[in-house]
Amino acid sequence: MAKKLLLSILKMILLLTAVSIITFALAELSPIDTVNAYIGENSISAEKRAQIEAYWGLNEPAVTRYLKWAGNILHGDMGTSMIYRKPVASVIGERFSLSIKLMFVSWVMSGVFGLLLGLIASAYRGSVIDKAIKVYCLLLESSPAFWIGMILLLIFSVKLGWLPLGLASPIGMTVEEAPLSDRIRHIILPALALSLTGVSKITLQVREKMNQAAESDYALFARARGESKWQFIRRHGLRNVMLPFITLQFGALSELFGGSVLAETVFTYPGLGNVTVQSALKGDIPLFLGIALFSALFVFAGNLIANILYSVADPRIREGGHSI
Amino acid sequence: MNKDKIILEVEDISVSFRMYDKGLSKHDLTVIKKLNVTVHEGEILAIVGASGSGKSVLAHAVLGILPSNASVGGEIRYCGKQLTNSLRKEKVGSEIIMIPQSVTYLDPLMKAGKQVRGLKGTKQQLEEAFRRYGLDKSAEKKYPFQLSGGMARRVLISTAVISDAKLILADEPTPGLSEDMAAETMRHFRELADQGCGILMITHDIEAALKAADTIAVFYDGETIDCCTADDFRQGRDALKHPYTKALWSALPENGFLSADASELMKGAL
Repeated sequence: MAKKLLLSILKMILLLTAVSIITFALAELSPIDTVNAYIGENSISAEKRAQIEAYWGLNEPAVTRYLKWAGNILHGDMGTSMIYRKPVASVIGERFSLSIKLMFVSWVMSGVFGLLLGLIASAYRGSVIDKAIKVYCLLLESSPAFWIGMILLLIFSVKLGWLPLGLASPIGMTVEEAPLSDRIRHIILPALALSLTGVSKITLQVREKMNQAAESDYALFARARGESKWQFIRRHGLRNVMLPFITLQFGALSELFGGSVLAETVFTYPGLGNVTVQSALKGDIPLFLGIALFSALFVFAGNLIANILYSVADPRIREGGHSI
Repeated sequence: MNKDKIILEVEDISVSFRMYDKGLSKHDLTVIKKLNVTVHEGEILAIVGASGSGKSVLAHAVLGILPSNASVGGEIRYCGKQLTNSLRKEKVGSEIIMIPQSVTYLDPLMKAGKQVRGLKGTKQQLEEAFRRYGLDKSAEKKYPFQLSGGMARRVLISTAVISDAKLILADEPTPGLSEDMAAETMRHFRELADQGCGILMITHDIEAALKAADTIAVFYDGETIDCCTADDFRQGRDALKHPYTKALWSALPENGFLSADASELMKGAL
């Protein structure tokens, strides 16, 4: 167990190093000029420009800048965001607290509905219900989250006017000032857009695993012992679907993170995804690198949790012996 | 126990599966053409036939667990009453029991004790069943992958005694077992029969069948072509009537392993 843990930590360090190098290289190669992005439409003299570059350390070679940044990271200093003029760690912290709510809501929704729909589709295998669920999933699976987001906006905000068009709180109020009911109203649409695509993947997988279970020898024996379809699902089906479901659900965190960037942009939800886009467009390299590291850590943690839960939940791994 | 009481009567049963070929064309694949067997109280009837000849389908037909593309003809009666789906609902799992052939018929993620109890078994019944088959109490808490071959066999048999089984369908109970274990399994079947169960054993292992069975039905090409007592078999070749059955007898190790081409034999017989 200790060996496993050590190996995981080593893997994580390697992953973070690779992610930071690649992200830094990409930011360097990007045609966006940090100073231009910062000053916007204003024109400044070459002298002033050089001053800003020197202040930000942009005139040093790329490798030196990367090593300096990496050295600071090791000391726990993630640097200062150029556009927000605040420490990167606090920008990420603030924005992530908004994003995590959004992600959590849609994560739970896609998990619960995915499991339910998958079970129903499998229970009524081959029927109209099964086919309808399958078509629904394939349609959503192939539609990007931002497009679904725009459709939702069109229907619920523009046409029906039930839900707000964007942001995390009413205009003129910070999120902290807004009452809970308003905060909930603002989270519904982005969470829905994010979970709708997640649902389809989980539904299709659960359906497939459940169908496999229903064709197994132990399903035949269960029926031979007088268990009805739903009794089988409750006693044996769920048990056998739960393991792949756990892996899938925690593995989905990476897609959730990616999807939240798009959904937050469409809904101008001021979470981490929104900041990611801003930092990339404005060439805010410290913030961009910080977010890249943070998201890599987030996804890594998701996969690690899935692995740990899997080995705890599966008796064949937990209680030793051979794994099948 | 009333040895004349008929528990299961299968009359002219046929089973075919609707198969889909390329496109929309389809054909019916007949697995059982005409099968007749009768199982009395306290009797072990062995249906002997080649592997893959569709013997298991018979057990599934009795239990009503054939896939949806199967159609069944003929009549099945249980204790004199026609075995309809509503009667099945009442009897399957309590009085009509299947003993599966291997550990793969157990849910890999459920502990043995809970599985043996099934839907209705009580804790007390479970303990009794385990004691009867010499299973340690710790086996209750074991998952199927943790059971040895012999333990798994006894766990599977325990599922039969947890209910008030009257008819036991045992599907290929011996393959993969050592001689000792096969003999032990057969002893358990004999015991259950002597308590009044009717047992229908489906097997291709004629030697094992002879050890425990009272009656042997020979299944060939979708039909039961012969039905004789195990004593007839023990008496020797001359006591047997059907040429295919005679050939089966000759093929037994102690009778010289003589093999004959079954299809040749059948040509002469039909």
